[in-house]
Amino acid sequence: MKKQILDLRITRAEEVGAQCVLLKAKPVEGRLPVCCPGQFAQLRVDAPDVFLRRPISIHDVEGDEISFLVQMVGEGTQWLGALQAGDTLNAVLPLGHGFTVQTGNEVALLVGGGVGVAPLLYLGKQLKANGIRPVYLLGARTKELLLRLDAFREVGEVFVTTEDGSMGEKGFVTQHSVLGCNENGEMETLPARVMVYTCGPKPMMNAVARLARERNLPCEVSLENRMACGVGACLCCVEETADGHNRCVCTEGPVFDASELKI
Amino acid sequence: MADLKTNIGGLELRNPVMTASGTFGYGLEFEDFVDLSRLGGIVVKGTTLNPREGNPYPRMAETAGGMLNCVGLQNKGVDYFCEQIYPRVKDMDTNVVVNVSGSSVEDYAECARRIGELENIPAIELNISCPNVRQGGMAFGVTAAGAASVVKAVRQAYPKTLIVKLSPNVTDVTEIARAVEAEGADAVSLINTLMGMAIDAERRRKVLSIGTGGLSGPAVKPVALRMVYQVARAVKIPVVGLGGIMTATDAVEFLLAGASAVEIGTANFIDPSVTVKVVEGIEAYLDRHGFRSVKDIIGILD
Repeated sequence: MKKQILDLRITRAEEVGAQCVLLKAKPVEGRLPVCCPGQFAQLRVDAPDVFLRRPISIHDVEGDEISFLVQMVGEGTQWLGALQAGDTLNAVLPLGHGFTVQTGNEVALLVGGGVGVAPLLYLGKQLKANGIRPVYLLGARTKELLLRLDAFREVGEVFVTTEDGSMGEKGFVTQHSVLGCNENGEMETLPARVMVYTCGPKPMMNAVARLARERNLPCEVSLENRMACGVGACLCCVEETADGHNRCVCTEGPVFDASELKI
Repeated sequence: MADLKTNIGGLELRNPVMTASGTFGYGLEFEDFVDLSRLGGIVVKGTTLNPREGNPYPRMAETAGGMLNCVGLQNKGVDYFCEQIYPRVKDMDTNVVVNVSGSSVEDYAECARRIGELENIPAIELNISCPNVRQGGMAFGVTAAGAASVVKAVRQAYPKTLIVKLSPNVTDVTEIARAVEAEGADAVSLINTLMGMAIDAERRRKVLSIGTGGLSGPAVKPVALRMVYQVARAVKIPVVGLGGIMTATDAVEFLLAGASAVEIGTANFIDPSVTVKVVEGIEAYLDRHGFRSVKDIIGILD
């Protein structure tokens, strides 16, 4: 898959939740290259105090329109969040190694926390297109921080947890009753063979990966280590994997099989 | 159209634009963005005799006008380079220069000797200036005697073009440059990163895993220009200038300061196609000012 440096024009910019913006954009010229779920783009920021691009996961692709879900946490993402329809945005994409869309399983469980839900929308659509039923389990601290539930509901069934109980079940995603087991340790709601995908805060992903391991379920984890180049040149974004090696998240990841990581 | 050809220590370059080690991978990572045959050369990732895992994460901090890194020379070693990488880069239509590092004089010499056996690698850049490794690296590059000892050993082991990459973390860079020239270096390149630090005030913690890192990006350019200017006047061998080059104008400034070629580093992260734009911009500059050759502007400051 050839990587491109592409000028995008913002087609829609919309506030989502308390601190996030949904950006939709199309190439100023030409076509959007084929992007896979779990891949990301390096977005150029033209703010005076920002030097590096910002790696942002691909939230959705519809024809030539790509969307990003951006949480405004620092100057770079605040600049991105201030973009308006008609503005241009320079992107390097598609980057990284995305999720495995594994056929053979009937159901996939997609577990997201906070802005980590971003790559799971496009993933769910691709799973569905491959005959796999996506089931979402989405968590946040409070209901204001749950993002785009309506969009997720269009793709699959959605279960929700909030830490304060303001929506869905109170607690962490791993405590949700949809994951409940009977006295024989078999899951009651979900089939025994389910592929788990997760993206969100690291403690949440670790908990999800541990749960998947306990139940012998395959699990893929999307990391968001701090990056500079995004193309495997600088080796700043490495993750130390279970075999003791530092692996490059921007090219070998950001999606890894959970069994490869130190969890 | 001006002639862009230049020469560094016997190595002919079609133009003065190369890439800086550690910012361009093995060139392969940038093939989607850059026609490598348009570049004077590429300097590939720092290679050591034995594999190195580098430093723990986090390794990077963004700073005003630049970034700090403490990668620490992560690489799979010279055997891996020779067996796995060399076959993929040997037919690139550009000069592929290998950045060689080590933790002892013997390691440097042996690594250089191994690279010297590779027919299509016409030069090495000897890294005696990495600030992110505890043993070797910059330890050799901050004293004239240390620098001389490494270059002397490598010179005996390596017959082709030997470029020595100098550290800016010294009191007098010209002293080191003269020392490596005396031991037979064919050229020097400078500057490697400036040692710095980042602190997270909210969490009251160091940002980088080892506390310190090397600063690169436009923030270091004035320091780099000054050092290139000083070294170009102190030695007779060619100087390769680098440090914060983002544009063709930046590159021209280094040439005027006395550099015979330049390397582009951190700018590749912001615009992966920047190198070709710099080549085109230097050519346009020469044409606009009526210079027939890039050699006509090297070190011509009054």
